Amino acid sequence: MTAPPAATLCRDCAAVLLPDRAACACGSRRLLRHPELLALSIAHVDCDAFYASVEKRDRPELLPLPVVVGGGGQRGVVSSACYIARAAGVRSAMPMFKALRLCPDAVVVRPEMSKYAAVARDIRVLMERLTPLVQPLSIDEAVLDLSGTAALHRAPPAAVLARFALAVEREVGVTVSVGLAPNRLLAKIAAERDKPRGFAVIGVAEAASLLALEPVALLPGVGPAMTRRLAAAGFTRLGQLAALSPLEAARRFGEDGPALAARARGEDARPVVPERETRSISAETTFDADLSAVEALERPLWRMCEKLSRRLAEKGFAAGGVVLKLKTAGFALRTRHARLPAPTALPDTLFAAARPLLLREADGTAFRLIGVGAQPLLPASLADHGDLADPEAPRRAARWRAMEALRARFGEGAVVRGRGLRPRQGTR
Amino acid sequence: MKFTVERAVLIKALAHVQSVVERRNTIPILANVLLSAQEDGALRLTATDMEIAVVEDVPGVQVARPGRTTAPAATLYEIVRKLPEGARVELDHAGGEAPLKLRAGRFNTDLQVLPVEDFPSMTEGKLPHHFSLGAGQVRDLVDRTRFAISTEETRYYLNGIYLHAADSDGTKVLRAVATDGHRLARFEEPLPDGAAGIPGVIVPRKTVVELRKLAEETQEAVEIHLSDTKIRFDLGPVHLTSKLIDGTFPEYDRVIPRGNDKVLRVRKKEFAEAVGRVAAISSERSRPVKLSLDRDRLLLSASSAEQGQAQEELDAEVVRYDAAPIEIGFQARYLNDITDQIGEQVEFRFADGSAPTLVMDAEKPEALYVLMPMRV
Repeated sequence: MTAPPAATLCRDCAAVLLPDRAACACGSRRLLRHPELLALSIAHVDCDAFYASVEKRDRPELLPLPVVVGGGGQRGVVSSACYIARAAGVRSAMPMFKALRLCPDAVVVRPEMSKYAAVARDIRVLMERLTPLVQPLSIDEAVLDLSGTAALHRAPPAAVLARFALAVEREVGVTVSVGLAPNRLLAKIAAERDKPRGFAVIGVAEAASLLALEPVALLPGVGPAMTRRLAAAGFTRLGQLAALSPLEAARRFGEDGPALAARARGEDARPVVPERETRSISAETTFDADLSAVEALERPLWRMCEKLSRRLAEKGFAAGGVVLKLKTAGFALRTRHARLPAPTALPDTLFAAARPLLLREADGTAFRLIGVGAQPLLPASLADHGDLADPEAPRRAARWRAMEALRARFGEGAVVRGRGLRPRQGTR
Repeated sequence: MKFTVERAVLIKALAHVQSVVERRNTIPILANVLLSAQEDGALRLTATDMEIAVVEDVPGVQVARPGRTTAPAATLYEIVRKLPEGARVELDHAGGEAPLKLRAGRFNTDLQVLPVEDFPSMTEGKLPHHFSLGAGQVRDLVDRTRFAISTEETRYYLNGIYLHAADSDGTKVLRAVATDGHRLARFEEPLPDGAAGIPGVIVPRKTVVELRKLAEETQEAVEIHLSDTKIRFDLGPVHLTSKLIDGTFPEYDRVIPRGNDKVLRVRKKEFAEAVGRVAAISSERSRPVKLSLDRDRLLLSASSAEQGQAQEELDAEVVRYDAAPIEIGFQARYLNDITDQIGEQVEFRFADGSAPTLVMDAEKPEALYVLMPMRV
């Protein structure tokens, strides 16, 4: 059996070459060879050490230094570490004190989310030039379906992606890693294989054999607990899972078992669903025990208003009205809407609008869930200018933003409004 | 209960009470008027929506048999209204669940009654404060402010007129203020005797509307009694009692601009008409009319996506302005609501194109308006 001729792609000029070339006409030796290179169209794009890269971009003097982005203090956590810091063993989500023990000369930079969000938007714009089917997974990750775009771009997806990666480096100033595969699962695994500044391909033919020897934890969604559970059952490699028949998988791992086995074989039928335009933003919480008293319901309502306020700020929106959502102990859903006199992103203004709606519904009914949403969504620039009846709104907005900045710096619990606290046991 | 009364007398009283009854009568008894005929020949009508109650003593009634019952206010009003002028109306209720018989000439009808015991009484409690205002003063006070009352539910404390005693540059005044956030209206009367110690109260919109109707019909003094939860207006035989809005009115004083030094005086008639004409180009009510000011010259303009634009220039004949040129936009309706309350000369005091603007009647300093500009 002879392997099909491997198509070759130059990653520095996106030219598709004859398979036997050792270097591209452009002089580059960064060549990507794969038998299915020209047939694959699902791509996973992941920014390399995103926050740290943005910081290095903006402060070139940091380039040769290990940079760790994250909260300081005793309880700070690493949000992002550059590859120099990673070489010292620093990882995302690691406590900052531990990171600094591993890498004492690391430069710690406080995260500036709004900046990263702006960079992410720039990258998104570039992605959306490739295909309408872009599904963002997080601020620095997205999956793209480029099926059927070859005619439009006059190039196969692989070449389009190579050009895209170069464009991101040139126009945005950070690097990305691309995984190209027949489906989302394999694309994600591929993107992990060649970081940073990588481009990896996993084809249909090789998927099963390639995964077989990998540890089960390679599968997205298989965390430490699941890994332990699988190990206890004798499964440590994906190949072992892949070999299970659906019946056997279900017997061992319950109803999700067959799907797990299928993923272990590299199968994944999830489509790429482009992010719809955000029409509403909300926050909700389910209670440990049903609540019926107004005072008891006001407390979670206030916390949800704070959460909603934060989500609005993150996404750059203001609320033109509020929707109160309640679910009774009997699972009946009640939603009530109130228009706001002026757009807001402030928790106390959201609360002031939602509270009368709650008072009308809190008739002794036991509720299991409360939520508050913003609808319609308006641009954040319209929020909280104040008016003749509320001249203090801009000042309240500034105060809230200051508190948010403190929380971002010192952690969630640094500043808490009294209303959000639970009464202590035995006191009222 | 049985009595006869002149149609004209009854219709007037029924008109007062029927406008208070709850139209969307979720509680049937609230659609009814309570009729009580007393031994001494007095007929008393009562209607309430639980927020407001109107009690009216009807004179010139011949009571044949004292008693009380309740009947549907709107139906009773419609029937009496359609009776011929000069008719005498007999109302006869045998008691209990028997219908209320209405007879006038050859017309007769039976009306379904509801038990008197079901009729809610609005207890007014103690009303420790009392003062009186002329009917004309009450009309002024309402007219100059009510257009600015907010209808938005979220800020319920703006859904009325804030009435309170205040100090206006050393003079004690009774002040009425209303705002919806976009405009604010403030009107003052010399402080009447007895009003010095009143709490600041927010009189609900519906009460204001009813009060204004009642004040139209009288020239007598209006006696006002209030506590911090209820207010009662006595206008001769009519007593209007209302709950007050339980809330805190914003500190409006801080939004009244003090240092606005760009003063425009313009004749009201020409200005108001020009605003109306220019604004007519757009069907969108919230479109702004732009005021472009230069020395003794005011250019009003508006534009709409469908119709293009319209403009009108007012010159030194009607305009006085000698400050630096500015451009500022306002909602046409807001301008007209204010100019409707102004006599000959409108005085605008601007700070700049984006700050709250003061509007006054150049001859009557007791009324003052603040208007938020719109972006143009």
